[in-house]
Amino acid sequence: MDLQGYGQLLLSGLWVTIELALVSLFFGLIIGLCGASARLSASPVARAIATTYTTVVRGIPELLLVLTLYFGGSQLLMWIASMFGYDEYIDVGQFAAAVAALAIAFGAYSTEVFRMAMMDLPKGQWESAAAMGMTPLKTFVRIIMPQVWRLAIPGLGNLFQVLLKDTALVSVVGLNELMRQASVGAANTKQPFDFYLAAALLYLLLTVATTLITGYLERRSKPELRGTRA
Amino acid sequence: MSWEWGVIWEYLPRLLGGAWLTLELVAVSGLLGLALAVPLALARASANPLVRAFPYAYIFFFRGTPLLVQIFLIYYGASQFDAVKESFLWPVLREPYWCAIIAFSMNTAAYTAELIRAAIQAIPKGEIEVSLALGMSKLTMIRRIILPRAAGIVLPGYSNEVLLMLKSSALASTITLLDLTGMARTIIARTYTPLEMFFAAGMVYLAIAAVMILVFRLLERRLNRYQFAKRPS
Repeated sequence: MDLQGYGQLLLSGLWVTIELALVSLFFGLIIGLCGASARLSASPVARAIATTYTTVVRGIPELLLVLTLYFGGSQLLMWIASMFGYDEYIDVGQFAAAVAALAIAFGAYSTEVFRMAMMDLPKGQWESAAAMGMTPLKTFVRIIMPQVWRLAIPGLGNLFQVLLKDTALVSVVGLNELMRQASVGAANTKQPFDFYLAAALLYLLLTVATTLITGYLERRSKPELRGTRA
Repeated sequence: MSWEWGVIWEYLPRLLGGAWLTLELVAVSGLLGLALAVPLALARASANPLVRAFPYAYIFFFRGTPLLVQIFLIYYGASQFDAVKESFLWPVLREPYWCAIIAFSMNTAAYTAELIRAAIQAIPKGEIEVSLALGMSKLTMIRRIILPRAAGIVLPGYSNEVLLMLKSSALASTITLLDLTGMARTIIARTYTPLEMFFAAGMVYLAIAAVMILVFRLLERRLNRYQFAKRPS
């Protein structure tokens, strides 16, 4: 496989892909936590909003989400801003639109993972924390989160792999990530097979690394398994 | 924000035409993928490590890389080799339609093979021992016992895979096919109403997904009748 000096370009794309995945992961986890809390809340309105969100987002293609936010993101944001009385033009950057699409998709799936994990926790945890005089927020941060985290790691690891692969979709709207750079190399050298194969191997590298890291986190989160090998 | 319902109604017939292609892609590659997945899963569940190696590598590659890369590898990649261009395969590999079908089938085969393998391994061991004790040949056992049992076990997981495939089929639009997403993009290029059209396309996807979930639920009731049967009182 001869990349004719475009290897550097691919690596710069790989970097953008990693960046994109990590930033989307961050926002996606926040959305997921909020979503799961809403789905388990006592308020029927919050439950309805969260259920609609996960159902709709999990039912439409990620590509459609990316395209919608890329081509309609500014329009959408300006419409929301106008409800708050702000009527200037707002530009949604390429990277921001991509992160928004990926985070919204990841958030919908992670909502379900967090919800399952939260439901697995005995109710007594909440009750005893309340009896100790902790506020709900403090209970969440100190008691619930550390335990939910443990239960959620395997599921979140799978979702992160899906997210990594979904970052390739962003190339369709021209962000310079791995897939896009591979296309550039393919077009310039007329060797599409070599370049897409190189991209595929780099993606494979990322998914393998993710599997290893998830396994490590999983072992670390279970004291009884610490020191053993997967 | 100006929201035009009119433009959605005007172009809905064309969107539905795109939805038809989406359904066709999912159905054809779903069936091909299933046909490919069964031997892969059987080989993957084999006791012989040499037999296991190929399906393992295949599944590892197709599950570890983005579908978009796989599509481009086949659609753009194949043209790099003159040998392919001169062979009888070229009329097929030249067509974006067939490239999409090939990529989707191979991709879904990898995921489905893992599901089937898990299902095969979930069959109670006693059932296999009983069929051996009855003197069934290996092939008869696979055909009469293992596959029908695995089909019932795999169905809930497989319905998920089909829904994921429905969503992945949107990638066909990246190689110029006018599926539901591709059609929406074409219409937007003319009308410049991205939010309305993508919204409409999204609703059509949701409707298709809802129908699929229903069909699979009915199928599950049929295949796993024993789980839904009432106890005689």
